[in-house]
Amino acid sequence: MSTKQAPNRREFLKTCVAGTVALGAGDVLAFAEKFKPAMPAGSRVVIARDAMLRGSGSDVDPQRMAALLDRAMQTWFGSNNPLEPWKHLVRPGQVVGLKVNTIAGRGLSTNTILVEAIAQRLQQAGIRPYDVVIWDRTGRELERAGFHLSSAAGMVRCTGSDAVGYEDTPEAYGSVRCCLSRILTRTCDVILNVPLLKDHGGAGVTLSMKNMYGVINNPHDYHGDGCNPGVADVNMLPTIRKKVRFTIGDATSACYHGGPLYKPEYVWRPDSLMVGSDPVALDHTAWQIIERKRAEHGLKTLEAEGRAPRYLATAADAGHRLGSNDPKRISVLEV
Amino acid sequence: MRMRTRLRATAAAAVVAAMLIAGGCRKQEAAAPPLPASNQVAGWEKTGETRTYTAATLSDYIDGGAEQYLKAGFNSVSTSDYKFQGRIEAVADVYVMSSAAAAKTIFEADPAGNARTIALGDAARAFSQSLVFREGPYLVRIVAYQETPDTQPALTGLAQGIEKRLSK
Repeated sequence: MSTKQAPNRREFLKTCVAGTVALGAGDVLAFAEKFKPAMPAGSRVVIARDAMLRGSGSDVDPQRMAALLDRAMQTWFGSNNPLEPWKHLVRPGQVVGLKVNTIAGRGLSTNTILVEAIAQRLQQAGIRPYDVVIWDRTGRELERAGFHLSSAAGMVRCTGSDAVGYEDTPEAYGSVRCCLSRILTRTCDVILNVPLLKDHGGAGVTLSMKNMYGVINNPHDYHGDGCNPGVADVNMLPTIRKKVRFTIGDATSACYHGGPLYKPEYVWRPDSLMVGSDPVALDHTAWQIIERKRAEHGLKTLEAEGRAPRYLATAADAGHRLGSNDPKRISVLEV
Repeated sequence: MRMRTRLRATAAAAVVAAMLIAGGCRKQEAAAPPLPASNQVAGWEKTGETRTYTAATLSDYIDGGAEQYLKAGFNSVSTSDYKFQGRIEAVADVYVMSSAAAAKTIFEADPAGNARTIALGDAARAFSQSLVFREGPYLVRIVAYQETPDTQPALTGLAQGIEKRLSK
């Protein structure tokens, strides 16, 4: 299949079902618009990449990041208008939380330029600046990752759960019983999940679902047994299911070993975004990416290391139904 | 009468405060971090306070990375931020494991890749932007945020400064 020419509908379906489709960036928006109805939206994963995201330097270029975000979102939603995807996700008057991942500090946290681009698009879609809330577990971690804390009127907010605390009454599902951050329960109407692609010493892989450990008061209780069934159960908590609407996964920098800590020797730069509404499909795709990178470096598979992400099967089982971990049902579109 | 009650309350508060401070100090001593202060290692400024995590709080610091350390045998970790000559930022972690074998387990869990072996502690690996070594029950990891020609020698200098304190 040419990377310069959009495939016809039959070719597209055949390739999607088998795995990955790769398209030239110039063709993809028209393609996505045309074939939107053919794609099973739930398990569609779009991976947008820009080889020149950093230009000739090491820092991400804000304009290219905004363009990359538009490409990812427009492809997933099948739209020619950069604002339309956001209007599907949120509406004016809502408070929109951007749940980032900052535990590993500046070297391996959600990219601040990506978050700025998302906040900008949300405002252009009619969300007031103050109704955009960038958040994670603690203000300290946010600051160490390069975010600036703010609660000023008329400005985008940025705050940690430690500033407002957790609910007194826990929510429970299966093996978990957690008090949720009040940013999730009280401040925000909608959550956009903005995690980072990482290898994870316990869970194997962390992208979409594992990031929800950052909204509960007791994540340390659920790290045993490869975070299984903890990850799946946490994502079943009613407020999380109700409010977390979409994942914009940051794969501009990622690690293939040593995660979730920042160990620069195992970090690489895919310069990509991974977006979708099926967290299981996203995490399954993330797993494949990390395995490929590990193989390139001659490392054992996660399975061989005894840390394959078993929580994926749990999340997809009949007791959870959070999404699909079946490669035959996951459409991965690379643009 | 009212004055006496106030004095008693003040005295009780002082006792409680003293107990809390003493308790805090004891805890601090138990996890005493051998992290150098500013300028104890040439060119390095200690830019943050030392934070210490125990087995109960390790996951607050390293999230899912904690399991591996706890399984190997972990006592505490002390960490602080540093800056070299105002331009290379780094973070230094000193893990106090339960034994030298536990430190070795963690050290060897990561692949050496293209690491350079350097003479430091019982074993050490230097990468372009990080350095890790073990000595007895200690495992030290220093990570820089900037990769420059000076990064690796600077990290080696800081590591040597930490090693001296481990030996004391």
